Amino acid sequence: MASKVMVSTRKGLFEISKGRRGWAVSDAHFLGDNVTLTLHDPRDGTDYAALNHGHFGIKLHRRDKGKKKWKEITTPAYPKKPETLVDLDGWGKPVNWTTQLIWAMETGGPNQKGTIWAGTMPGGLFRSTDRGQTWELMESLWRHPNRNKWLGGGADIPGIHSICVDPRDPDTVRVAISCGGVWVTKDAGETWAQSAHGMTFGDGPAEEVANPETQDPHMMVQSPSDPKKFWVQHHAGIFKSVNDGVTWTQVKTKPSSFGFGVVVHPKEPDTAWFVPGIKDEKRIPVGGALVVTKTTDGGKTFKSLTKGLPQKHAYDVVFRHGLAIDDTGKKLVMGSTTGNLWISENGGEAWKLVSSTLPQVYAVRWV
Amino acid sequence: MATVHFTANLRRHVSSASVESTGGTVKAVLEGAFAANPGLQHYVLDDQGALRKHMRILIDGEAITDRHHLSDIVKPTAQVWVMQALSGG
Repeated sequence: MASKVMVSTRKGLFEISKGRRGWAVSDAHFLGDNVTLTLHDPRDGTDYAALNHGHFGIKLHRRDKGKKKWKEITTPAYPKKPETLVDLDGWGKPVNWTTQLIWAMETGGPNQKGTIWAGTMPGGLFRSTDRGQTWELMESLWRHPNRNKWLGGGADIPGIHSICVDPRDPDTVRVAISCGGVWVTKDAGETWAQSAHGMTFGDGPAEEVANPETQDPHMMVQSPSDPKKFWVQHHAGIFKSVNDGVTWTQVKTKPSSFGFGVVVHPKEPDTAWFVPGIKDEKRIPVGGALVVTKTTDGGKTFKSLTKGLPQKHAYDVVFRHGLAIDDTGKKLVMGSTTGNLWISENGGEAWKLVSSTLPQVYAVRWV
Repeated sequence: MATVHFTANLRRHVSSASVESTGGTVKAVLEGAFAANPGLQHYVLDDQGALRKHMRILIDGEAITDRHHLSDIVKPTAQVWVMQALSGG
């Protein structure tokens, strides 16, 4: 059972543990540095942390089980771009073949010890089979001609932020891309196919709004207990699939269907949580009241959960990796752009403020 | 031999001692510095071997012009500084 949270922030990595006086910061690493994402590997107890040093580039660090110290390991890197290649993104801008953000990290299958996946900006997917010592770019996806249709959404360049390794078969992997739809491989990365059919933007030219190649899923999760079911928080609302992502249908809720993060209950596929905000040029809670929306019936109805959350003049935004659920489905943690961190131990019904003084939170993970 | 210096901000992350390095171009003298400081290259150059966006290299006070192929000429007596901008919140 999860007993600790790793919180990635603009100014360091913080560990949150529960002591006699409740949840509190128990440790800090990389103070002052921009930690964008962590991964805990339950198969061998390893922790991974992705840093963005800005001037000095993206770096990856690893902490072995039981150790206190982090060690810099190899960062996923792109191969040499052929000098004569004209490689433009969906906006028509040249693609820089350099890792500019590690935006997703997930473990491989339970029997693939040491295998981890990393999604990056500008859109490359990498796999390591040796705990991050070496990385292999999924050339099949990177060299897919439709990759040139991908484009930046909120960021300047496209990126892979969600990786779902299928619990039924680890050779089946789905990734979600802002903005490039959803891609699936069923042969461990040999071949890839678009899988965002049914997603739509609310606004835009008719021929473009339902084009799967340029959809902007903000976050995608797969139900561990019924893996054919998926939830996506999309730029234009919430989408669900009940057929392995073959088709997607839109789900609407109040106060808003716009947001970044989504989590699904580990044992109940129709139960999911979202953190809504005013779409999309404002990105603040509706009416200055921070709420979490929860459905328990596959999106037919939603409940707004507010207990313990600020309901006046709250301008917190919870980024796509800023909401996480533990493996019991009871504990949720949520960190915001204004440095607030809340934990719920009853499925989101009530939240407790853990800290209001953290740096901007990018990502949270239960350990 | 040219001398290659790095600023203190970089030393916080990775070993980057000043080195004497031979070679007639920026690329060549940097290679000497990278050989002496394992792990340093990826902090200064991107995946394509180009100078990272917010980094600058000065040769005797003059900024280099070829940030991609690093072909600017370095005289044997030159002082080469690898620097970065500082920005952000």
